[in-house]
Amino acid sequence: MIAIIPLIILFVICFGMKSGIKVYECFVEGAKEGLMVCYKIFPYLLAMIVAVSVFRESKALDFIVLLLSKPVRLIGLPPELVPLVLVKPLSGSGALGIYMEILKNYGPDTYIGRVASIIMGSTETIFYTVTIYYGAIGIKKIRHTLWAAIMADLVAIIMAITLARGMF
Amino acid sequence: MINYIWFFILVIGIVVGILTGRADSISKIFTQASSNTVKLLIEITGSMCLWSGIMKVAQKSGLTDKIAIVLRPILKFLFKGEGRNEKALGFIIMNITANMMGISNAATPFGIKAMEEMQKYNNKKDTASNDMVLFLVLNAACIQFVPTTILSFRAACNSKNPGEIIIPAIITTTIAALIGIISCKLLEKNF
Repeated sequence: MIAIIPLIILFVICFGMKSGIKVYECFVEGAKEGLMVCYKIFPYLLAMIVAVSVFRESKALDFIVLLLSKPVRLIGLPPELVPLVLVKPLSGSGALGIYMEILKNYGPDTYIGRVASIIMGSTETIFYTVTIYYGAIGIKKIRHTLWAAIMADLVAIIMAITLARGMF
Repeated sequence: MINYIWFFILVIGIVVGILTGRADSISKIFTQASSNTVKLLIEITGSMCLWSGIMKVAQKSGLTDKIAIVLRPILKFLFKGEGRNEKALGFIIMNITANMMGISNAATPFGIKAMEEMQKYNNKKDTASNDMVLFLVLNAACIQFVPTTILSFRAACNSKNPGEIIIPAIITTTIAALIGIISCKLLEKNF
């Protein structure tokens, strides 16, 4: 499992070499785009990290977590992840800010850090997708879109919890 | 929606903080959190660029097209209406492939094209068709082979093994996507 990242990189660059593209130039071009992504997400990260930090510092977060701890314990979700799960469907960059907060506070290699990572790596923000895609072609009645997406989201959360417990 | 959430998080945070006598630490946290964000961003920038570079190689070398070949029959089986149209299906395949490679910037334009193609054959122009709903749900729960952003964030926070979440994340999304597809097929008759 430790070798998974080097193996992915090895596979991709070998495949690139074999198909005759200029791997070095492609890499540099892509890395430049990565820089633009970081530049673009910064304001969103700042907005969310500041808001969540203030919320945490005021102890308001502790109160919400306490309030919701019974129902979320039913599915085994650590209460600390409630803010992430609530914001995730609404805003990808907002969720990223909260995710960062969680990693910093609880560490990436803890149970909480792992569940958060699996949740972040497995679902996209449905509200964003609905706004952009349906908005582009003028769809107003979205029928069962949200229900099906929320079902998938819930299953993803439950799976993340189960796997973080079972695999580590 | 996110407007209200951000607004309320901040207002509640500030008001509760002041009322419980933490005005001091609240003031400090504003500057602290801002400079922390900059530090974090600098730490993730390196691996974000690294992964963008690697994914660019994957894209240009035709690795992406290989995934598309595997996807075609599966998607053709799932889409029963407007999505079957050759042009629409082509865009759907490219969109899902880009999502799988974790290049969502590239996925969105293909997704919009796919929606436009499907809309041409849609009978009720203001109502989403079965295929459109399925396409959106597949976008919301899409398997991502290399969750590059998450890897960068974990690495920035000194994870001993940032990649350990890749396999559980793939399993999780596969099952979530299956449930999404089943929910679509079950619900579409009732809406």
